Amino acid sequence: MTGVSAGLLRIDGLDVTYRTRTGPVRAVRGVDLTVHPGQIVAVVGESGSGKSTTAHAAIGLLPAGGRVEAGSITFDGRDLTGLSEKGWRSVRGTGIALVPQDPTVSLDPVRRVGEQVAEVLRIHRLAPRARLAAEAVELLRRAGVDRPGQRARQYPHQLSGGLRQRVLIAIALAGEPRLIIADEPTSALDVTVQRAILDHLQELAAESGTAVLLITHDLGVAADRAAHVAVMSGGTVVEQGPTREVLGAPAHAYTRDLLAAAPALAGEPLRPRRPAGTDVLLAVTGLRRSFDGTAAVDDVSFTLTRGRTLALVGESGSGKTTTARMAVGLETPDAGTVTFDGEDITAARGERLRALRRRFQLVHQNPYASLNPRMTLGDIVAEPLRAFGVGDRASRRERAAELLEQVALPVSALRRRPVELSGGQRQRVAIARALALNPDLVVLDEPVSALDVSVQAQILRLLVRLQQEHGLTYLFITHDLAVVRQVADEVGVMRRGRLVESGPTDAVLTDPSAEHTRELLAAIPGTRVTAS
Amino acid sequence: MPDLSVRDTGLHLLRRPGLVLSGVVIALVLLAAVAPALFTGQDPIAGVPAERLRGPSPSHLFGTDETGRDVFARVVHGAALSLRATVIAVLVALVSGAALGLLAGFRGGWLDSVVMRVIDVVQAVPAILLSLALVTALGFGTTNVAIAVGVSNLAAFARLMRAEVLRVRSGAFVEAARASGVRWSGVLGRHVLPNALGPVLVLATLTFGTAVLEVSALSFLGFGATPPTPEWGALVAGGRGFLATAWWMTTFPGLTVAAVVLATNRLGRALDGERSGR
Repeated sequence: MTGVSAGLLRIDGLDVTYRTRTGPVRAVRGVDLTVHPGQIVAVVGESGSGKSTTAHAAIGLLPAGGRVEAGSITFDGRDLTGLSEKGWRSVRGTGIALVPQDPTVSLDPVRRVGEQVAEVLRIHRLAPRARLAAEAVELLRRAGVDRPGQRARQYPHQLSGGLRQRVLIAIALAGEPRLIIADEPTSALDVTVQRAILDHLQELAAESGTAVLLITHDLGVAADRAAHVAVMSGGTVVEQGPTREVLGAPAHAYTRDLLAAAPALAGEPLRPRRPAGTDVLLAVTGLRRSFDGTAAVDDVSFTLTRGRTLALVGESGSGKTTTARMAVGLETPDAGTVTFDGEDITAARGERLRALRRRFQLVHQNPYASLNPRMTLGDIVAEPLRAFGVGDRASRRERAAELLEQVALPVSALRRRPVELSGGQRQRVAIARALALNPDLVVLDEPVSALDVSVQAQILRLLVRLQQEHGLTYLFITHDLAVVRQVADEVGVMRRGRLVESGPTDAVLTDPSAEHTRELLAAIPGTRVTAS
Repeated sequence: MPDLSVRDTGLHLLRRPGLVLSGVVIALVLLAAVAPALFTGQDPIAGVPAERLRGPSPSHLFGTDETGRDVFARVVHGAALSLRATVIAVLVALVSGAALGLLAGFRGGWLDSVVMRVIDVVQAVPAILLSLALVTALGFGTTNVAIAVGVSNLAAFARLMRAEVLRVRSGAFVEAARASGVRWSGVLGRHVLPNALGPVLVLATLTFGTAVLEVSALSFLGFGATPPTPEWGALVAGGRGFLATAWWMTTFPGLTVAAVVLATNRLGRALDGERSGR
């Protein structure tokens, strides 16, 4: 059964069920998938689509409670379904390797990274004991780690997210596997880092003839990297085929929705740009802030006129969030001034700052952490009203219901608690809370980056609608230039604490003057497809 | 687990006979504290000289002491005083410890350093030694014993509370509340405290056992209630002189204390497990 036509990995009619307290949940239903030697196959889907479950079933690492109910998984002509733990050990590492999702938790924090790479070699007896350390350094070098000899002696916490992901790739490469399963290998990383890592993975695969099963939520990544793509939704593969055909002429409605939602591929502004007015709502000049001697924000100045959206864009550590936090008085600048509606608020403290908070509100990045788990949604949304003594209990409740309606949540949700909601619904609650006091300025700190693309699109549309209805001014913090194109009138690009470029969105994105802006633009996944 | 059905709860308990037994022990002790007359009709204070130093028998379950008092009646009637002391001790430790921890964790800065260094010093002194010193300063009596035991146990509460507050305080929802204009008192009362209190309450149930033991130890040493008022620790002490001839006088009150300590520990562990979802 080993022939090229049979495929390296063949999944036939796979059914996976999780046993939960509320009964069995069918996570994957009747999935067929084939990966040929040396091919890159992408499985695309949103959270809960079953893409990760499919990948984990293929390497026999289903989480507790998960079970393959039906179907078969064949690797290199060998049936893997019902394999013993010992049998799996002979496949994992040398046959199929996994690059896990989260580089922050997938490495052992108390062991040097070199040892962790060498462990694979030791377990599979791939190198003599005396050569282990040298081989590990060589693997790190192949995975694209700079100064591998030095890095091998470091601990995971001493490495950046990108480097940790490269270490995980080195570990996956150690056994010279014929198939690498990469489960969202770059979704936690900056776009430029993501691009470098995916480029490298692709090169390695081409060089050694290793096949890659790439699990991703990002249609753009799939479009750039894979020859073959399978789109998953609700546990089934709704569409699959050569990437060009699936994304060029999607046959299934879900694929079309996903394509329409992906900002990089659509890229149309959600509303017409607004001209710069003269009514300056927020102005910061010469803002500086350093932590432990390193400058997080270095001489940043911008102005934001009423009713517009200014996006601050940059990678992690660029200082964009710190800038936003200083703008709303959650962080004190070392130097510079913040002027809100003509009033210098840089030194505002205590009750004066609290009074100002009525007029500017903040929406956090992570809706899973920004809502108090013990409070009901009604109490959460009404909290700012209560804090400022607006209305009585009954009128606050009424207003909370009205706010939930505005963010398209049912009034019945008032009594529910955050844990009962999805990420998108939670972010709607956070937005409702920010609107409770009818503020002038809303600072949005990566409001959609923790959400699935289709949910992202909904939230962005909601934000644009609310802005029009209430005449809001947005300071929008994001790492995603595609999102900037959709919502911002003006953009500031930040790098290492400095504002390297700023101006009207269309001008900056079509004709960037700073090198870093060009890098960011080139790294947006999916641009290769739209260009072709 | 709120969604457990009655049947599931039954099964859950059936597989844990120790837990059921612990519950029964605590229930009986509580009942004895409230209504001792349900358990015995005999007088705990006045003895019958003719029946002094009798061994355990159906009429005197735990035997009698040197003045002919029924030991069982004295244990039952001592429950109220010993339990009251324990509850006061745990409350003192919980309230003052949690308040200090909350203050230190929430305010931070120099206040945190000062409070926590004082707590370090308190914790460096063995609890029993500290409570001995305190009760000597406060004067004798059951309530003073309880306060002394409470103060000597507050360090653990302060530390745990501070750690929980630090964890919760850095949460995004606390910052979100602050950013939307909630006063610090509101942040503390509605966001930090409710989310930090759980583990501290579990510690309180676990401390119960220790407190029973320490209160009894101090009353054994004679710092507690004045004789002839029955108190568990004092009962153990009273029988000490007759250990060779009347073993029951120390053994049964001692076993009672041991049973209560073990039972509260078992219940505390069960609550701890429920909280962490095991």
